[in-house]
Order: sequence, then structure tokens, then C-alpha cells
Amino acid sequence: MKNTILAFLLLASSLAAQAALDPVAVRQLAAEDSGDKVTAIRQLVQTADPDAVRVLKAMAEDSLFVAGDQVLIIEGEQAFDAATGKSVKMPASPESPTVNNRIRGELAAALAALKLFDADPVVRLASAQKLQSNVNPAMAPLLGRALERETDAQIKALLTLAYAQANLGNSDPAARLAAVKALAETSSPVIKSVLLPLTEKAGEPDDKVRYEAIAAVKSIDSRLAMTENLGRVFSGLSLGSILLLAALGLAITYGVMGIINMAHGELLMVGAYSAYGMQTLFRAWFPEAIDWYLPAAIPVAFFSAALVGVVMERTVIRWLYGRTLETLLATWGISLVLIQSARVLFGAQNVEVSNPSWMSGGIEIMPNLILPWNRIIIVGFAMFVLVLVWVLMNKTRLGMFVRAVTQNRPMAGCVGVPTSRIDTMAFALGAGIAGLGGVALSQISNVGPDMGQGYIVDSFMVVVVGGVGQLAGAVWAALGLGIFSKLLEGWAGAVIAKITVLVAIIIFIQKRPQGIFALKGRFVDN
Amino acid sequence: MRKPLTIRILASLDSKSWLALGVFLAFTLVAVPVMHLAVPPESVFHLSTYFITLIGKIMCYALVAVAMDLIWGYGGILSLGHGLFFALGGYAFGMYLMRQIGRDGSYQSDLPDFMVFLDWKELPWFWTGSDSFGWVAFLVLAAPALVAFVFGYFAFRSRIKGVYFSIITQALTYAAMLLFFRNETGFGGNNGFTDFKRVLGVSITSPETRLVLFGLTAITLAATLVFASWLVKSKFGRVLTAIRDAESRVMFIGYNPLWYKLTIWVISAVLCGIAGALYVPQVGIINPSEMSPANSIEIAIWVAVGGRGTLIGPVIGAFAVNLAKSWFTVSFPEYWLFFLGLLFIVVTLMLPKGLVGLWQTLREKLQNTQAGHAPQGEK
Repeated sequence: MKNTILAFLLLASSLAAQAALDPVAVRQLAAEDSGDKVTAIRQLVQTADPDAVRVLKAMAEDSLFVAGDQVLIIEGEQAFDAATGKSVKMPASPESPTVNNRIRGELAAALAALKLFDADPVVRLASAQKLQSNVNPAMAPLLGRALERETDAQIKALLTLAYAQANLGNSDPAARLAAVKALAETSSPVIKSVLLPLTEKAGEPDDKVRYEAIAAVKSIDSRLAMTENLGRVFSGLSLGSILLLAALGLAITYGVMGIINMAHGELLMVGAYSAYGMQTLFRAWFPEAIDWYLPAAIPVAFFSAALVGVVMERTVIRWLYGRTLETLLATWGISLVLIQSARVLFGAQNVEVSNPSWMSGGIEIMPNLILPWNRIIIVGFAMFVLVLVWVLMNKTRLGMFVRAVTQNRPMAGCVGVPTSRIDTMAFALGAGIAGLGGVALSQISNVGPDMGQGYIVDSFMVVVVGGVGQLAGAVWAALGLGIFSKLLEGWAGAVIAKITVLVAIIIFIQKRPQGIFALKGRFVDN
Repeated sequence: MRKPLTIRILASLDSKSWLALGVFLAFTLVAVPVMHLAVPPESVFHLSTYFITLIGKIMCYALVAVAMDLIWGYGGILSLGHGLFFALGGYAFGMYLMRQIGRDGSYQSDLPDFMVFLDWKELPWFWTGSDSFGWVAFLVLAAPALVAFVFGYFAFRSRIKGVYFSIITQALTYAAMLLFFRNETGFGGNNGFTDFKRVLGVSITSPETRLVLFGLTAITLAATLVFASWLVKSKFGRVLTAIRDAESRVMFIGYNPLWYKLTIWVISAVLCGIAGALYVPQVGIINPSEMSPANSIEIAIWVAVGGRGTLIGPVIGAFAVNLAKSWFTVSFPEYWLFFLGLLFIVVTLMLPKGLVGLWQTLREKLQNTQAGHAPQGEK
């Protein structure tokens, strides 16, 4: 009985649309039963009338009152009739209807839906976006009308999706079929979950619609898988940039100078702690400019790591040129000393380095593919450092000297290159670049005394795969290893991926002991 | 006319060295048991269980150091992955020890506790036969030998050497560590094997068992030293040293370095495996951290401190560094890494021949001053 009346009311309201608010529906807003209130709200939404917006907004803001038979909106000292909007006499004792959470949710959805008819396209767009994830079948006619009226292409596309979602509950199989077809074009996991019930007999009686839904889910799945792979390629790219930053310094010290620097990971750590130090400094002295601590940390990290490098080179490595195995052990000793110094200075626990506000968030490329800003910035930063190193090595006098010493040390010395000073400077440069890598690392991983240890094996692998003495080799190897391991991680898990990569490298080295880009030449090593 | 093998082995050590070896064995096989069991605990001559375990552990390390010296000091190949072979031997014997627990584990199951915890119903295939001492003893030798042979064959065939080889061995042990950290690998994951109860049916913690293990370790170490000194003085050892000093020239003469390097590499790995198998019952635990790159590189410093290219050097180095470590980590834990780091630096910079080299230099100087007052004899 009640249902019949409601159906009648619904019908009546859509016939009498735009004329004035149906007083019965408005009265029902103040009904005792929450279900009745919901019905009334949905009914008022259908009218898409500015008056309805006014009333529902008043209800959401608790300024809707009941006095006897009258439903009033009270603003300050004045009272208006809710249905007509006419000013009426202030009643003696107005009562507020109960608005519980369910009603509030319904009101929010209703107001969002009504905003679809707003004159401002920005408001309409926001409303259409909000509707993507919460549509109920009762909104279908309303969305249909909004769709007809809409002129903006972007909003129209969003509305089509919302309309199709609302129509999935339509009793007419043809309408459902059209809706499923429309939804098959999307690539959002939310829509996939909306479509999933329709692929089963219990959820969808009509065979044709069901088959269509199965096909739709399949096509969404394939697009989801593609974006997922894209995401993996991107995280591989960002891992590759980190490896590149870690390996560029090594490519100089190991590749160009033939020094095995096992303390390279600790130079990354020095860079990361410099970022931490600058953050502390900015917090204490320039709290209003805290977001700028990171750019300020870049030169500090470069020079502190380079300074450590100079000290290392002058005190230890200088005496071990030509004895690579011994250099390996001595630099390992240096790395232990540096780790323990960090523990003594900053404590054994990891320290907290936070992202500046301009690095948080990300770009949403697709609903399931968000590229975080910090990773994008690190990829860009790695490119910047790469260009810097390339210019330094190929376009400056220092770079020319370094290459000369690499190619033929005695001859370079004969023509007046100060070889020992060049060694120090090249080592400092390699160390400074590791410091820059440390700043980047501080933004995406833990900063602690042991952080460098995890990168030493990886960055050596990059240099070994890339080929000694080759910047280009290091770049290809870093990006290749990064992307390869992230793609592997996708289907094999992190540990197995790591093991596979290491084993693959060991096999690769068997085949090409000189790396991807080998220096050409004839020489006997002994 | 070649002399019989026994004569050659006997001749490989001079009388002084045989005497030193005899004193060492007499001390470890007679004096230590007497001082541990017969001397009352309050006497200053009593040796505590802590001491026995510590020295037993260090003797295992010394064995590893000798193995490392064979490949590094005599072969010129620096391995940063010897921890892997040590751990493989340890894990192989640990499997047997886990099976010996029987139903005395926390879950009273035939399976080791960690497998019950993972809800496994039966032993994985590679645990087959792990309850037999003989099979496990074979595994202790075979597992490191196989890994070393396969890896070494490919690495040496491609003529990978120097730092390349070092770094790849480091990657190898690192990969193995990650593998053993996984629970699914079937070796107890993070925790590895521990809580052993028995070995060959007798309690593993009883003083007698400890002393037997201690004595076995001492005998193995002594036997290894004799074997190694024979090996390095044999023709094989001489070719090996020649390869270390000038590989290309050895090739030009007509030797194939591959088999020489591979043989010493596998021998070294097997010795490490034996050391690991002796280590696990004495220390009572084996876990993947034994394979961490840091552990393997520490082996190199024992050899470097003692003096590489000598056989007594690694033993001295292993004892010196590890005694210092146990003293530091108890008394000044925060300075241990500083000390170890500086040791790496100082030894490579100032003592390329290690403590043995230092002793020789000092003795020469002393003799010179005694022989003639003026050092005219110097070149």
C-alpha cells in the first residue's frame, strides 16, 4: 500500500517537474521513518529544481524545521515556507527533524547530484567526479536529464559513466546492455568491481547482458594490467635513477681511476645525513622556509661527501694505487669507521627526513596509476646529475685531464698534467656525486647508519654490467637493471627478483666480462 | 725417483714446525680436557665452558682463514664469498642436528619446528637422508664443492679475475643470503637452525661432547695445516704461485691455469664447509647472516693481519682478530667497528705482510745488529 503511494508520488513529481516543489514530498522530509525521508529526498532530487537545492541544503545545515503541518526554513529571525519559498510568520515552537548519518549521506549525494545543474562548469565537473564512485539506481533519470543538458565534453564523458552505472540496476535488459557497453570503455578498478556481479547468473538473469559484462570485465582487466605494467616500468625507472646516482660516482672512481671503493655506500650515507642536518638547521632557524631545505642540502651534501672523499684519497687510497685488492680491503675499513661514526654522532636508529610539501602527492595518469612527485623529481634530478657529469668529463679542462690520466698516466704526467692532484679531484668528484645520490635517497628510503650497505652490491653490479670507464654503460645498465628487477618483482616477489637479477648478472659477466660497452684495445693484463 | 707420499708429507714441515704442531695438539687434546674436567672451578687453572666454546669457535675460523689463504695468498684470487661455503657446510650439518632433535621440539613433531610453524606436512626432497650421519657428512663436503666447482668453472673459464672476481663472489654470497632468508627455501628463514639437542645420540651440551668437538676441531686444523704445507710445496703449489705472479707467462709456457685455479678453489671451499660443520654444533646456531658480505670480507682481514702467503699467518690472524673482537664487544662494544675498520686500513697500508712479516723484519734487524755492528751487509 505504502509502496504504491510512493510510486504514485514519484510519478506525480516527475510529471509536475519544474512547476513548484511538491508539498507532500517536502512534508515527508520531516517524517518519522528514515526510509520515508530517503524517498522524499530522492524524489526532490529528481525535480532538479533550484528550490529543491535550497530545501535540501537547509536540511543538511539543520535549518529545516517543522511546526504542525508546516515545513519551514528558518534563517535568523525569519521563517520561509519550504515548498513555496514565501515568507511566513514565525511559529511559536518549531521542531527540528532528526537527521541521522544515513540521511546525511543521502543528502550529500543528492546535493552533489543537483550541482550537476549548476551554471558554473567547475562546480558541475566536481560534482560529476564525486558521482563516479557513489551512484544509486534512483539517480538514473536525473543523470539522463543532466546528460542531455550538458555541453562540456569532459563533464559529459564523466556523466555518461555515472549514467551507465546508475542504469546497471535498470529493469530493462536493453538499458543494462547499453550501460555495460558504455562501461567497457573505462579502465578503473571501481567500475570493474561494479560490473563483476553482473558476470554471474545470480547477479544478471539476461544472457546477453551477462556475456557483454564478462567481455567488459575482460577488456577492463587487460587495460588495468597494461597500466600496472606501465606503473612498474615507471618504478623501475625511478629505481634505475637511484642506481644511476649511486653508480655514477663509482663509474668515475672505479671505472676511470681503477679504484674499488667499498665505502661508496657510506658516501651516500654522508649525503643523506647532510639532508637531515639541513632539515634540522632549517627547522631551528628558518621554520618558514622549511620547504627549501632540500635545495639547500644539495651543495652541502656534495661538498661534505667530497671532503670525506679528499680525506680518504689523501690519507689512504693515495698509497694503494695499482693494488686494487688492497684498496678494496682498506676502503672497507673506511666504510666501517664511517658507519660507526654515524652511529656515534646521530644514534644507531634511523633518523626522520621528511619530504618538502612540493614533493608530496602525485600525478594521476589513470585511476590505478599515480606517479608520485618525489619519484618524478628524483628521475629528473638523476638526469640533471648525469648531464652535469657528462659536461664535466667532456667539456672542461678537469674532465680532459681525468680522461688523459685514465688513458695513459705516465704520458699525461710527461705533458704536464698534475696527475696526483687530478686523482684527488676525480675521487672527490666521485664522492660528491655519491653525496648527491644520498640526498635523493633520503627522500624515498630510511636514513640510518647502515643505509649505504644495501647499495654497494647493487651499484657495483651497475658498473660491472655497464663496463668499466663508461658513463653511457652505467646509464644503460642502471636503467635496465632497475626496470628489469621491477618487472620481475611484479610476478615473482622482491626476493626472488633480486636473486634472479644477481644470478643473471653473474651469467652475463661470463659472456661479456668487459660489460655492455667494452673499451676497445689490445692489452695484456699482468 | 719420487719419494713416497708419507715421506714427502713429513718433509713438508721442518722439525720446529712439527714440534709446534705437537705442542698445540698436546695442549688441546690433553691439557684442555684436564683443565676443564679435573681442575675444580675455583682454581685459576680451570677452563670455563665459555673459554672452550670461544677457542673452539676461533679454531673453526682459523680453518676458514687457512682455506682463504690457499686461494688468496697462494692463488692470488681474493674471494669475498667464502662465508657462503662456510654456511653451506654449517647448514648441511645443521640439518642432521635438526633431525636429531626428534620429537623434543616445542611442537613434539617429527618435522623440525620451523616446518610445523609453516604448516608443512612432510620434509622437502633435499632433506632426504638428513637423519643419516654418513650422508650428511658427505653433504658437508659435497655441497660447497659442487657450488664452488660450478661457479668457479664458469668464472675461471671466462678468465674473470682480480676485483671483478671478488665482486662477483660477493654478489653470489649476497644472493644466497637473500635466498636463505626466505622461509620457503626450507632452511628456517631468518632464524636458521638452533636449539640443537643431540649429536650421534649424545647430548650436545654435555662437557664431554664439547671436549670431543673441541678436540676434533684441533685435529682437523692441524691436519689441514700439514696438508696445506705439503700442497703449497708440491709441484701443484708451485704452478699455482706462478699463476698468481704472472698468469699470462704460465699460459705461454703451456699450462692451463683453469684447472689449477679450479682445484685450489674447490679445496678451499670444502675446507670452509668442514669448518662450518664443526662450528655449528659448538656454537649451537646457524643462520643466513653467516653469508652476509661483511662476514666474508672479515675472513680476508684475518688472513691479512696474520700475513698471507704463509700458513701460520692466517691462524695467528684469526686468533688475534677474534680474541680482540670478543674482548672489545664485551668491554667497549661501540669501539669495535672503529678498531676493526682501522685494522683494515693499517694492515693494508703498513703491514702488507701481516704480523708474520713484521716478526720476520724485526728478527732480521735484530740479527743484523748482532752479527755486525755496522749494517754493511745491507744492499
